[in-house]
Amino acid sequence: MIPSAGPVNPLEVDARGLRCPLPVIRLAEAARDAPAGTRIVVLASDPAARYDIPAWCRMREHELCEMAEVASGSATQDPTSGGAPPTCLRFVVLIGPQRSKAGGTGSGSERSSRAR
Amino acid sequence: MEGLLFAGRRRGARMVATAVEHSAILTTGRFRAAAAQDPSQFVEVAVDRLGRVDLSALQRAVAVPGTILAAVQCANGEVGTRQPLEQAHALCRTHGVSLLVDATASLGREAVPDCFDVLAGDARSWGGPSGLGILVVPERTRWRRPGPDSDLEHGRTDVEPMIALALAAAEAWRQTEAGRTDQSASSSALVRRLRTAAGDLRDVDVVGDPDDRLPHVLTFSLLFVDGEALVTELDRRGFAVGSGSACTSSTLAPSHVLAAMGVLTQGNVRVTLPLDPIAPTLDDDVSRFIAQLPGAVAAVRAHLGASGL
Repeated sequence: MIPSAGPVNPLEVDARGLRCPLPVIRLAEAARDAPAGTRIVVLASDPAARYDIPAWCRMREHELCEMAEVASGSATQDPTSGGAPPTCLRFVVLIGPQRSKAGGTGSGSERSSRAR
Repeated sequence: MEGLLFAGRRRGARMVATAVEHSAILTTGRFRAAAAQDPSQFVEVAVDRLGRVDLSALQRAVAVPGTILAAVQCANGEVGTRQPLEQAHALCRTHGVSLLVDATASLGREAVPDCFDVLAGDARSWGGPSGLGILVVPERTRWRRPGPDSDLEHGRTDVEPMIALALAAAEAWRQTEAGRTDQSASSSALVRRLRTAAGDLRDVDVVGDPDDRLPHVLTFSLLFVDGEALVTELDRRGFAVGSGSACTSSTLAPSHVLAAMGVLTQGNVRVTLPLDPIAPTLDDDVSRFIAQLPGAVAAVRAHLGASGL
């Protein structure tokens, strides 16, 4: 769980070293109580995050402002990366107006599948 | 692929493939370009969110001089989306490029396509034996096996071990073709039911074209779900499904098809409906699957503490 650190802006989610689907879960936890307009910075080393964080943004109607490959701290180096220089992805997400919270998002998910 | 490239070797060595082709094509193409130390020898053409090839990008790719072949599948075996073969073939013809069509996913389920220069398939697709691939090379196609001429081309070769396989494949083809239209109609109806049921789940990305698609496969991905855990949970409940999620792959990378489409890759479930003779109780199985799916998803989400997200 990410401790809700109060209204610090931007929030940061360090998901380096976490495997899919945990980076998206950590991000969603941070976003759950964030007001619209909050910026969340996410660091993730899992290869699926490249696709799943943008997909989460699309499905939950948040805005993905940035996605870039950056150097990762060696402390959290991905053990599967072999000898490659440790990099991770850095995302900046702008939280959109949140629809109904937990439960009752059935219509939301339908909308997201139609939006494709 | 090798036969087309070898026949065209004096004109160039460049090949083009959609980004959702089978990895047998993509890895070979990448390897050839890497071995030749010329990245331009292999070009992957982007697809849209539904998995359909971008025809204008394909046109730009095949227009480059020295391009010998373009690989475009009939339909994607993972997400079901059909490719616009007629337009792809016309583009290729304009530029003197051969079209290689991988029909592995559609043979036995749909009519054999007629827009191709070489067509590849696998007898397993229509209920035939494993170990037998087929290659259809029309007279008009410039195709030649690399290496020394083999006796195979001159009608004198030891193919006897293959004859039984070929006969079994031919018999399976005859039987599957006889019931293909009915089979496809009933599969399509089941896939529609499954897609609707999947779409009713929370936080789901139902993947692929809803209509212009294969009759027997469907794929969807779920937020906050571990694909491997969901496959295991469904297995526990008696259902064998595949997955394109990273955690279910030996490389820990998600399916290249889902990645190329830009859809969600976590919590991915891939269902392939077997042919009727193999699964006579398919209707009931699908109903049971639809009944069990929400519970299986909820269990996996709860395990990750992600129920309320």
